[in-house]
Amino acid sequence: MKRIYLDHGATTPLHPEVLEAMLPYFGQVFGNPSSVHSFGREARRALDESREKTALALGAAPEEIIFTSGGTEANNLAIQGVAEALSARGRHLITSAVEHHAVLDTVKALGKRGYAVTLLPVDGCGMVNPGDLKQAIRDDTVLVSVMTANNEIGTVQPIEDLARICRERGVYFHTDAVQAIGNIPLNLKEWPVDLLSLSAHKFYGPKGVGALFVRRGTKLAKLAFGGGQERKMRPGTENLPGIVGLAKAIELAVTDIPARSTSMAALRDHLIASLMEQIEKVRLNGHPVQRLPGNVNVSVSYVEGESLLLDLDLKGIAASSGSACTSGSLEASHVLMACGLDHQTAHGSLRLTLGHGNTLEEVDYTVATLKESVARLRGMSSLYKSYRREVDKSRHAGEETICITKK
Amino acid sequence: MYNEKVMDHFQNPRNAGEMLKPSGVGEVGNMKCGDIMKIFIKVENDHIVDINFLTFGCGAAIASSSVLTEMVKGKTLDEAMAVTNMDVANQLGGLPEAKLHCSNLAADALHKAIADYRSKNLSA
Ligand SMILES: Cc1ncc(COP(=O)(O)O)c(C=O)c1O
Ligand SMILES: [Zn+2]
Repeated sequence: MKRIYLDHGATTPLHPEVLEAMLPYFGQVFGNPSSVHSFGREARRALDESREKTALALGAAPEEIIFTSGGTEANNLAIQGVAEALSARGRHLITSAVEHHAVLDTVKALGKRGYAVTLLPVDGCGMVNPGDLKQAIRDDTVLVSVMTANNEIGTVQPIEDLARICRERGVYFHTDAVQAIGNIPLNLKEWPVDLLSLSAHKFYGPKGVGALFVRRGTKLAKLAFGGGQERKMRPGTENLPGIVGLAKAIELAVTDIPARSTSMAALRDHLIASLMEQIEKVRLNGHPVQRLPGNVNVSVSYVEGESLLLDLDLKGIAASSGSACTSGSLEASHVLMACGLDHQTAHGSLRLTLGHGNTLEEVDYTVATLKESVARLRGMSSLYKSYRREVDKSRHAGEETICITKK
Repeated sequence: MYNEKVMDHFQNPRNAGEMLKPSGVGEVGNMKCGDIMKIFIKVENDHIVDINFLTFGCGAAIASSSVLTEMVKGKTLDEAMAVTNMDVANQLGGLPEAKLHCSNLAADALHKAIADYRSKNLSA
């Protein structure tokens, strides 16, 4: 069976050039970058070059890049690191209601350790209002963390505005840019952002490696103790193959973003339009325009998301959902709930995230498959039967009134 | 995630659909956890002679509704009342742990349908 991968928000395949760049570091170049001998020096050279490439891609300086084990660790280091470093100055943290759990649960954990926490609400499209941030900042606020783009609904936040507000108030601003890298242009020379997280496997790099940008002069405490690697901020022998892969991947990812994201967004909009046209009662979640070029998130009324995923998977199509039935926690997606969706609509959510390899044929096949699945599942859904009865009733009622007016 | 038997019932649900003149109807579930099941029964001589289900829910919810209808068709009402949600899960060869509580409610819906029938036929 031909398989179609529409879950690039979860992870992306490794770019062949990235694999090629990594291979020597699983083989002949195996030294420890901290060693003095020639083996160590060649590893150190690769590490330094990777840091330079990564910095260049972001508009940062090499010493502002700390390599980590991924997006989760980068977010933890940023938030816990700033909170601890500035704990004498203040103990108030601000984040948004739609963050990834790696941010949200870190902030909530600090909330249990005596920090005050403000969660900024979002509008129906998942957007944070800069006015809300202005009001939320207090004298004891030490950090604001708002994601660049949302992993579930793809909403792109007004990061420059939010960061500028924080800069004016003298508060550090962190952004989780894990979903944004390679999809929207971002330049840390222009963005007044103090800390930024990224993760290689979301932009065709390897899993288990990420980075935290920490602007020069930003106060940060380390979370783990050990050796002096990564400017003493992140101890442990470096994951050199991973870091080399991250550097190659980000170099490729930031090349030609406008052209590549325009064509991906065209495919996305075609997918959205086809779903809305061909299936009744489909709602687009997230923002109509301020949206990641590969993100489609819809709610299909009267069916549940996991059963849609199973049907798609049986036809070789990989997608994801924010339904409680897929979460393991038995809770519907906090992102969809924060956007004001009711439980039923959240349970019927389906996320399709495009990548650079997807084609128009794949998208059309997916829509056709989904249409069949929705019809099948609605055929056994009590909610759909009730809806149809209501529709029929009002149609009959309509006919009656027509008759009455005729009389 | 699901075993073959669960996937078979999910793909080829038995007795799915609405019943026109049921002897009893039972509905369970709530929107928060995301699974809603409705069971329709036709009763003759104290036996379930026909049974249908409508389910809004995940794979586990659909498969457990489907297998339940097979399990109790032809049974007496008392026999059907003795079937538990756990029996349904076992008949499916097991369900993932997270699915046992929220999505495996078909027996509850059946019991409600039987209670509905009995309340309407108190003299019988
Ligand atoms: C927005 C966002 N932040 C953080 C993460 C976590 O990244 P990682 O898997 O590298 O730990 C993800 C990945 O799912 C994400 O989408
Ligand atoms: Zn379920």
